[in-house]
Amino acid sequence: MTATLLAGRPAAADAGAATAPTLRVKELSKSYAGADGAAVHALEHITLDFPAGSVTSIVGASGCGKSTLLKIIAGLEQGDAGEVALGEERLAGARLNRGIVFQDHRLLPWMTVEQNVELALHRVEPAARRAIVDEKLELVGLRAFRTAYPHQLSGGMAQRVAIARALAHRPSVLLLDEPFGALDAMTRLQLQDELLRIRQSERITTILVTHDIEEALYLGDRIAVLTNRPGRLAALLDVDLPRPRGRGDPAFAAMRLSLYERFFHVEK
Amino acid sequence: MSTNQIAKLALRGEYALPARARRLLLAFLHRFGLPLALIALWQLLSGAGFISPALLPSPLYVAETVVYLLDSGDLWRHVSASGQRVIQGYLLAALLAVALGIAIGIFHSLDRFVDLLIQILKPVPPIAWIPLAILWFGIDEGAKIFIIALGAFFPILVSTVDAIRQTDKRYVELARALELPRRLFILKIMLPGALPQVMSGLRLGLALAWMCVVAAELIAASSGIGFLIMDGRAVSQADLVLAGMLALGVLGKITDDALRYLERRLIRWRSQFNGLGAA
Ligand SMILES: Nc1ncnc2c1ncn2[C@@H]1O[C@H](COP(=O)(O)OP(=O)(O)OP(=O)(O)O)[C@@H](O)[C@H]1O
Ligand SMILES: [Mg+2]
Repeated sequence: MTATLLAGRPAAADAGAATAPTLRVKELSKSYAGADGAAVHALEHITLDFPAGSVTSIVGASGCGKSTLLKIIAGLEQGDAGEVALGEERLAGARLNRGIVFQDHRLLPWMTVEQNVELALHRVEPAARRAIVDEKLELVGLRAFRTAYPHQLSGGMAQRVAIARALAHRPSVLLLDEPFGALDAMTRLQLQDELLRIRQSERITTILVTHDIEEALYLGDRIAVLTNRPGRLAALLDVDLPRPRGRGDPAFAAMRLSLYERFFHVEK
Repeated sequence: MSTNQIAKLALRGEYALPARARRLLLAFLHRFGLPLALIALWQLLSGAGFISPALLPSPLYVAETVVYLLDSGDLWRHVSASGQRVIQGYLLAALLAVALGIAIGIFHSLDRFVDLLIQILKPVPPIAWIPLAILWFGIDEGAKIFIIALGAFFPILVSTVDAIRQTDKRYVELARALELPRRLFILKIMLPGALPQVMSGLRLGLALAWMCVVAAELIAASSGIGFLIMDGRAVSQADLVLAGMLALGVLGKITDDALRYLERRLIRWRSQFNGLGAA
């Protein structure tokens, strides 16, 4: 079915995405030593499944443990208890099968755009790299900037390169940590649409950390709400609005308002 | 209009330079005005007899000496003697210090192993080594090259180690997320990131190399700019001393410019702050 929907893309990749396993987070807890020596409970008993190909938005107040959760899924940090598994495979340590886009774009300033993307392709034989870099830069609309250096890019462009880099090695999970947090409102809206388009073509399990409720609603199939310290899962909501979603639609607005009222104590 | 006519008109305020020429003149004065003004003042005071020529000969007199030294080939002989020593000593120091600095920066156990020795050797001024160097190498080239290498070595070593150590933690995290092998991490992240600070160390080391060559030549040499300066003092000819000092200044500036050029070629990716009001 996907093969007909996404004509012109290599069949193998689609087959891979279609059979991609569910990402499972089970009973995950994590605490840090706080400044006064007392433990800071960043995450407590988080259990959450991420079905293949779904987009899950994670929202919560600043400091509630969103980045921590993402980093543990990425394998960049370790939980104190619980586990993260991709299908049957228990995950330990960072792997290229989970692409991550950090809060800052984290491009290497001494490398051009294409070299930055190519960095993720060190496992691919050199002759095949160029085509993949081209494909990913095309995907984020930056092929014309392949030889530019990061300091010659706008913030939004840099973030798009970071997305291209995260996707380069065909991960089965894409992790985004407030990727548009530092951008102006206009650019953010534009990149949100771009992300939808990218997801449409890559069919990849996506986890998006954000503290922008509207962004979470606009992009997510589901929204996971975390409580603040300790970070627990307060709710997991299905966003059953049809796509493309209009931010002005009454249903969209109603859902946004109810989210604010339920979890963020905002009066009408 | 002849230049003379223009000058007369300009003095009477009836001739204004075209805007472009005025800009060029201003730029020239901005860059060269200060040293030129000082030289002019010095010449004026000397001419008026306020400065004893035995203590500080006039700029014109020094210029004559420089021309004479150039003519006789003496200046070139001294410059090339010092230059060769600096090049050999400096290259030796740069190669060793950068290589060792990278190794120390990467391998913690090597750092622990050599740190104490380096900490103790570093504060000893290179000049203090001169007597030993002469004992070991005689008053040949060897002693001078040793002193120069020693002087340039530590600043380059220290900034290389610092540069490697200051690798951004966020890039380390990125490298882990990309499963970058250690070799690629060092090659693609650590070293390029360290390059700007290594280059500053190399420039500092070069300045030290010039200082050390003069120190070494002041004490034991029959050629070189340090010898020229010492010889000037021995025969009470301050103009020779000044000619030697001038040569050092110019050489230091030229070699530093060369390194700066290299730096700019190597580090094109940086958008650098050049001070307020810079283009
Ligand atoms: N390396 C660390 N050492 C100690 N405490 C940490 C560390 N990283 C995070 N924390 C603590 O864990 C908690 C969660 O941090 P985290 O970065 O996951 O929050 P966040 O939800 O991503 O916040 P924000 O929205 O501001 O990015 C915070 O209280 C923070 O102080
Ligand atoms: Mg965060």
